[in-house]
Amino acid sequence: MADNKKIKPNATAKEIPMAGIITTPGNAKEFKTGDWKTRVPVHIEENCINCLICWVYCPDNAIEVKDGKMVGINLDICKGCGICHNVCPTKIKSIVMKNPD
Amino acid sequence: MAVNLKQLSQKETRLTGGHRACAGCAAPIIVRQILMASDKPVVVGSATGCLEVTTTVYPYTAWNVNFIHNAFENAAATISGVEAAFNSLKRQGKLEGDFNFVAFGGDGGTYDIGFQSLSGAMERGHDMLYVCYDNGAYMNTGIQRSSATPHGANTSTTPAGKESTGKKEYRKDLTQIMAAHNIPYVAQASVSNHRDLIAKAQKAFSIKGPKFLNVLSPCRLGWAYDPEITVPLAQQMVDSCFWPLFEVVDGEWKLTYKPKNKPNIEEWMKKQGRFKHLFRSDEGKQVIAEAQADVDARWEQLLARCGEK
Repeated sequence: MADNKKIKPNATAKEIPMAGIITTPGNAKEFKTGDWKTRVPVHIEENCINCLICWVYCPDNAIEVKDGKMVGINLDICKGCGICHNVCPTKIKSIVMKNPD
Repeated sequence: MAVNLKQLSQKETRLTGGHRACAGCAAPIIVRQILMASDKPVVVGSATGCLEVTTTVYPYTAWNVNFIHNAFENAAATISGVEAAFNSLKRQGKLEGDFNFVAFGGDGGTYDIGFQSLSGAMERGHDMLYVCYDNGAYMNTGIQRSSATPHGANTSTTPAGKESTGKKEYRKDLTQIMAAHNIPYVAQASVSNHRDLIAKAQKAFSIKGPKFLNVLSPCRLGWAYDPEITVPLAQQMVDSCFWPLFEVVDGEWKLTYKPKNKPNIEEWMKKQGRFKHLFRSDEGKQVIAEAQADVDARWEQLLARCGEK
């Protein structure tokens, strides 16, 4: 089956997979929604207790977790909603929202 | 069933980022948490609505699982058909394995437009889970009222003004209607309580037969609030008993969360733009009192059902 990524805007019907099926599941992660944000989340590692509450509440799957530890935030897709900052349970928040310079 | 986030984080994500839902939307959180709870491959169908439109902008898809498009009214019919076809092919020896079948719908596609197909699928007893993310209006088309919209809310079809104080009618209690279908599992959950939600989804996936989950999903656009407070706002709505958390297993009603103190619904109403007209006039305050009386009456009824009184 044809690869969706190779479909050009002026493709003919024969070049598009039947019924417009998308053959590459989860390819939206290549679409950068990071430019939506007006505030940038910053991870402060020394406060973080790796509870992963931010990860489970991130609507955009932007919290990167490796071996059960929070390792960073994917700013290419983060929309800057601030939910991670809000749900962070540590006394001094481990994620702060900063205005870009 | 214990919910261990460290273990769950090892799994591959089933709804990727890069979808076009508003910043702070609760629907993708709900979908991620529910699909996390399944250990089998899943087949998902979604009724037309924000979730479907924002996650499948051609040629992209945020779904890392099998996903089927369908119309507004037939998400439950489509997924029940997939389940029936799968069973047939398995009997014929043409397919192997074990799948979970899940349909997602907003409150418009569940309470109103998709209600007949949902009721039919549940009655036929298909092995599927239907999840309604209830944001209380047709948010995708521009915030029109649905039968899930709370009393007094300002929507584009119940506009607040000199002659009107917002929606006149009260909410339809869909969870109760689904419980009346006598299916093995019906539950109400909220995006604010992730352990409760994931545990309910795990329980639903472990049961064979039709299952229904109704999940509260704040909408930052239609409710007009700061996107950051999506989770605490839902928590307040749960605490005020507007959206109680309970489950019905084989006809047994059980509360899964009992709030320690029950704040008035005003507490969360004043944070939402859709209710701000109510705080400006005496008539509006009357509407709040009516809505509070309705919430209290339903809570008392639920307590009696769950044997808590």
